[in-house]
Amino acid sequence: MYGKKVKLRILFITLLFSSIILFLYFFLKSFEENVVYFLSPSEIKVLPEVSTKKIRVGGMVKDQSININSEIINFIITDFKNEINVTFSGSVPNLFSEGKGVVAEGYLKDRNYLRATKILAKHDENYMPPEVKEALGEK
Amino acid sequence: MLNFFKPNKIFLFTSKAPKYVSILLIIVLSIGLTEALFLSPEDYKQSHSVRIMYVHVPAAWLALSIFSLMTILSLGIFIFKNKNFSLICKSLAPSGFIFNLIALVTGALWGKPTWGTWWAWDSRITLMLILFIFYSMYLLSWKIFKKKGLDVKITSLIAIIGFINIPLIKFSVDWWPTLHQSSSIKILSKTTIHPSMLVPLAIMTAAFALFSILIFLMKYNTELIKIKNKGLDRL
Repeated sequence: MYGKKVKLRILFITLLFSSIILFLYFFLKSFEENVVYFLSPSEIKVLPEVSTKKIRVGGMVKDQSININSEIINFIITDFKNEINVTFSGSVPNLFSEGKGVVAEGYLKDRNYLRATKILAKHDENYMPPEVKEALGEK
Repeated sequence: MLNFFKPNKIFLFTSKAPKYVSILLIIVLSIGLTEALFLSPEDYKQSHSVRIMYVHVPAAWLALSIFSLMTILSLGIFIFKNKNFSLICKSLAPSGFIFNLIALVTGALWGKPTWGTWWAWDSRITLMLILFIFYSMYLLSWKIFKKKGLDVKITSLIAIIGFINIPLIKFSVDWWPTLHQSSSIKILSKTTIHPSMLVPLAIMTAAFALFSILIFLMKYNTELIKIKNKGLDRL
């Protein structure tokens, strides 16, 4: 149906595509720890060793866990299975609040304690006007 | 029908259409901006920052869809040596490039007040930067490779290879934990954007799509003029 050259070009594209996909698959698999932006408290618990490198922990800020002591903010990040204590001094983003997503960047003291150097608030995929949120809250 | 695809016929269309498209664009964009900036409510959590979303999300969508379209055309260019496709593909790239840039910039503007950072090396954001590099490479190689035939081959290969990035961008927020939130508009489950915010988003997407069409028609028109000036009657 098609000429020989067209068939060769189709073959070339197919081979090119499959090789790139295979390459990317193994590349992403082997570098998964770098692709992942943050670890959950449960993943911190099963780390083989507590490294001195900078690390990011993400999860929810546990309800009623924020404790502001002059300059220092203490709170707990939870993934509803495990928890990790975080201590931080500095300014936090506006969206940082209890029951909301957070990513803390810093150094692990042990598997239960993180000394954060930066706090990022994570926004979820829900968008709604305040009135709707209130109505939902009342239910 | 076949007659329509002759360059002269296309030229008649592309030289007149931009006028009407730009009128339509002005109407839709002004409705969209009024909706997005004034009529739509603020968000319960991020308050007025949500308005950045009405520019950021449509821009990102268009950057992705224009690149996908360019890949499909490039397959036709590379395999079947379709000359007209390469002109269409070349004319599509600038608006995709602009929208990718807008998505990156508005993302940073939104990220600072909400996340607390301009930039994060998370997978969605980094892959968007890679897509931007692919757009730049695509546009640059039209300028660099002047040899006839070579430019067409190299640019189409860039558009084909770059496509691997598109599904990665789409699913990055589902596959890995990212700072970027996951998609709010899903095909299989409930949309998590309130309808009052969905309306301006849809209108702005339509306006941005019209802008792409306008830029495409103008660029395509110039490409056709270039061919005419070379004295070629057919592609």
